[in-house]
Amino acid sequence: MIEIKSVSKWYGEFQVLTDCTTTVQKSEVVVVCGPSGSGKSTLIKCVNGLEPFQSGEIIVKGTSVGDPKTNLSKLRSHVGMVFQNFELFPHMTIIDNLTIAQEKVLGRNKEEARDKGMKFLDRVGLKIQAPKHPGQLSGGQQQRVAIARALCMDPICMLFDEPTSALDPEMINEVLDVMVELAKEGMTMMCVTHEMGFARKVANRVIFMDHGLIVEDATKDDFFGTPRSDRAQQFLAKILQH
Amino acid sequence: MYEMDWSSIPGAIPLLFKGLLITFEVTITAIVVGIVWGTVLAITRIGPNKILAKLAAGYVNLFRSVPLVMVILWFYLIVPQGLKAIFGDDIGDIRLTSALVAFALFEAAYYSEIIRAGIQSVSRGQVSAGLALGMTQWQTMRLILLPQAFRNMTPLLLTQAIILFQDTSLVYVIGLSDFFGTAYKVGDRDGRLVELLLFAGAIYFVISFSASLLVKRLQARFVK
Repeated sequence: MIEIKSVSKWYGEFQVLTDCTTTVQKSEVVVVCGPSGSGKSTLIKCVNGLEPFQSGEIIVKGTSVGDPKTNLSKLRSHVGMVFQNFELFPHMTIIDNLTIAQEKVLGRNKEEARDKGMKFLDRVGLKIQAPKHPGQLSGGQQQRVAIARALCMDPICMLFDEPTSALDPEMINEVLDVMVELAKEGMTMMCVTHEMGFARKVANRVIFMDHGLIVEDATKDDFFGTPRSDRAQQFLAKILQH
Repeated sequence: MYEMDWSSIPGAIPLLFKGLLITFEVTITAIVVGIVWGTVLAITRIGPNKILAKLAAGYVNLFRSVPLVMVILWFYLIVPQGLKAIFGDDIGDIRLTSALVAFALFEAAYYSEIIRAGIQSVSRGQVSAGLALGMTQWQTMRLILLPQAFRNMTPLLLTQAIILFQDTSLVYVIGLSDFFGTAYKVGDRDGRLVELLLFAGAIYFVISFSASLLVKRLQARFVK
């Protein structure tokens, strides 16, 4: 579904990604972790072309992301993305947040978009919030709406960029629960997250990044059992103490 | 002691009202054209085309560095030549036309700075979110960025409009009878300049002050 081949990226002189290669199969859940500044968010943003990269290739379901001839908007409309800061549109109601791209990008009519929006709002348990504005919702609720907004587009895969990092601890689980459910339904997911509990529960593979390099790319059991690199061991030791 | 005599005002009301309409015409045209053209300038300035961005920046800096009175005079001298070249000698009263053009182009420079700040006040993440949903750059600009930007900058745009309303009185340099110009002429005619100018000042004050109170109330609502 997602093939990342020798991707490198520079900000001027500074290299943020070095020769990153990995794949995400259909229905696979891949967790990307690593210390901050390791390039994990940058990598996931390269997958839907939000960040350009200078060398290598990323192919999402047969479409090359880096190819200048690729219609990126069209590609992105099938690739759901959830951001650290939710990024709901504050000038619209919750339901309008869910319908606007369905109407303007996919060309669905109002009723169809609304029905779909309500269906997914219901799935994340927020149907009654439909007429409110994002500012009236808690962080956890906003992030669930953001997930519903992405699902409304019938995505072929979902990208999560630290979806729980901006949340108060007591709200993290309500978001993770939605993600776990999605994973169990067979959604293809690539998640940048520090939530190792989530990784243990549903990940097929775990990628560990450091200084722009993919240091470790292992199955969940291998990763949590015996990470090969010292760097990953140190990271795990630190993060699991919490 | 100077004796105030307000008796010439009631008879001059229709004339003053006509002047006030001219003032509003210049103000509203400058606001509408200024915001539209200012938005184009602002988007160009932060857009990807470096040459166009430089040109837009040059335009804004030029108009912001020149006194308004001079711009009004320039256009009074230039616009007629341009219009004559296009429409021949029969172009009617060019004072209003040149004032409209001058104010619109001048205000656009100020509005574009407000609008640029407004656009930049919306977080980058909002653009990413729009793009990630498959929207084009233009859709993201139109549906996500600009509505939020205009919301954030409405108080500033209105404040600028109030300043503009007062500045329109500068058209007296080209002899256009706006509200201030008319008041001056009537006062001069009747030898009651002081009364007429006090009266005109009071009207400017009432309109501007009520408008700024309105802006304050709007602002309070937006902040909430």
